[in-house]
Amino acid sequence: MNASILSAADRRRPWLLLAPSLITLFVLMILPIGIMTIFSFYEFVTAGVEKEVFTTQNWRDFLTDPFYHMFLWKTIRVSAITAILCALLGYPAAYCIAMTTYRHKWVLLLLLIVPFWISFTIRTFSWIHILGEQGAINVTLLKLGLISEPLPMLYTEGAVIMGMIHFLLPYMILNVYVAIEGIDRNLISAARTLGCTAGQAFYEVVLPLSLPGLMAGLLLCFVLAAGSYVTPQILGSTRDALFGNIIFDTIMGELNWPMGSTLSLVLLILLGAVAAVYSRYMGLSRVFKGLGG
Amino acid sequence: MTAAAAVDLRNVTLAYGEFVAVKDVSLSIRKGEFVTLLGPSGCGKTTILRSIAGLVQPTGGEIDVAGRRIDNIPIHKRNIGLVFQNYALFPHKTIFDNIAFGLKYRDVEKSQISAKVTRALEMVRLPGVEKKLPSEMSGGQQQRIALARAIVIEPDVLLLDEPLSALDANLREEMRTELKIIQREVGITTIFVTHDQDEALAMSDRIVVMNKGLIEQVGTPEEVYRRPESRFVASFLGQSNLLPGRVTGVAEGLATVRLDKGHDLVAAAPASLKNDAAVTAIVRAQKVVLGPPDRGGPKGRIISTSYLGGSAAYFVDMGGITLQSIATIDDRVWREGEDVSITIAPADVLLLDEGGHRLK
Repeated sequence: MNASILSAADRRRPWLLLAPSLITLFVLMILPIGIMTIFSFYEFVTAGVEKEVFTTQNWRDFLTDPFYHMFLWKTIRVSAITAILCALLGYPAAYCIAMTTYRHKWVLLLLLIVPFWISFTIRTFSWIHILGEQGAINVTLLKLGLISEPLPMLYTEGAVIMGMIHFLLPYMILNVYVAIEGIDRNLISAARTLGCTAGQAFYEVVLPLSLPGLMAGLLLCFVLAAGSYVTPQILGSTRDALFGNIIFDTIMGELNWPMGSTLSLVLLILLGAVAAVYSRYMGLSRVFKGLGG
Repeated sequence: MTAAAAVDLRNVTLAYGEFVAVKDVSLSIRKGEFVTLLGPSGCGKTTILRSIAGLVQPTGGEIDVAGRRIDNIPIHKRNIGLVFQNYALFPHKTIFDNIAFGLKYRDVEKSQISAKVTRALEMVRLPGVEKKLPSEMSGGQQQRIALARAIVIEPDVLLLDEPLSALDANLREEMRTELKIIQREVGITTIFVTHDQDEALAMSDRIVVMNKGLIEQVGTPEEVYRRPESRFVASFLGQSNLLPGRVTGVAEGLATVRLDKGHDLVAAAPASLKNDAAVTAIVRAQKVVLGPPDRGGPKGRIISTSYLGGSAAYFVDMGGITLQSIATIDDRVWREGEDVSITIAPADVLLLDEGGHRLK
């Protein structure tokens, strides 16, 4: 077909089809980020009041104040621990689901989805009844006489990590499951006939070929953990706050919108950088595959 | 059988609950022999292959390879080369690492590994591709790599699971020849599984025809093609006419068989044939000779003609019985509706008893 015959309407059509998502993206993503970027250069006067002049004071505060560095580092550390624990717990589960010869595999996959039917907040609160001073564990141990006073488990970093694992594990399992499920079983048989024990075949074939799924799971868990705010709020003490909580306090507590915007952008840049590095080496499509699986 | 057998299956049975995939199969394969397991899908041929490899466990019987019982030892200690239908090359490893894989687990020295891989690649006529990934190679090339990977470990037996079926037609014939040449060069005992009779006939020293988990016949390609032992073998290999009838007379080594619709067919009489026995006469389509109508003998009319280039396939109506005939084209092609005479030599008629076994 001659290019000029492609009518103006034909050429517009793709844009018309894209328009709803582009508009949504622009209004809900680009615009707010743009506004936040502008706010991050405003001057904070007092709670709820900012002056619309250009200043780099907020960014300098962030770069020089060890308080922020400490929480940023803590966020990275806690998220990394969470992601790695998810991988250690999730990989065997995913492997079993993928490799089982059990006829009703869908039931196992359904079990992974079931927790999503209950509100995330409620699921998080449920840990209070398990880990709290009057929670299931402490009461049982006290009754059995194994301890004389309740163990401080709730409102600790451990509780926060546990809560986040609870919420992130299905993402890890699904990602790894999709990767393992996609491996040709003949490859394992081939490795076995060539002289591998079952364990060696796993190490030579299954593990390397499921690595992209594992990495996708790690990325997803890390990003979601680092951006989490509800879990530390409910299960952690003030010391266990993550970067999201600092942002919350800055905006809602101190009503310091310019600093809050700055910190939000910092988190965005950090997580964006992690995703970019992953995308560079693995390709982001993996993550979406895992989500869809 | 004898201690010299490279592969010896004794009463191998494999059942999945109620379903019996392989029933009491015994088979002995000589060293260096190329044996094909031929049969329709679900006949148990792949199950036998996988039993030898150790990927499935027989529920009964014994398997010996190179004089050693192997059905009770783990897969990785069996020293067997297996080539899969879909090649099953490790996609994340280079061609070198793919081929070196088995050597690595046999504790072969590094310097030797490299030499052996090079030699294996030369053998499959793909030198210099060590650094490539499987995804960078064509289907035919991947197949050769898979073969190289299996033979480089010098296995006691090479198992080929429909290795050519994923290739397109031209390449398949080329690989068929090449596979056979390589097998001869290496002199390796080979068990080949296929449902393609042309492959089986072209490549094998012996063919094992299987159906429903049982061996129907074992023999050279010529034997199974020309002297089928059973109705299944006769109908599975090549085009045959299966004509039910009754013996009406036996004299001087010739039997007269009265077919449906009152036709008489003269066949060479096997020793065990009895008068008045119900039989099935088998005539290869190539042995149904058509001629001009004035030549004498039974008459027929061409129902359909398929022109195949060097030959033609016909369906002929012989007074109510439809015969299949395949003839090389010497002078003319018979057209639909033409009248012809039909000649069938007595020596070209095989007789099966009521149970579908060949009378001898």
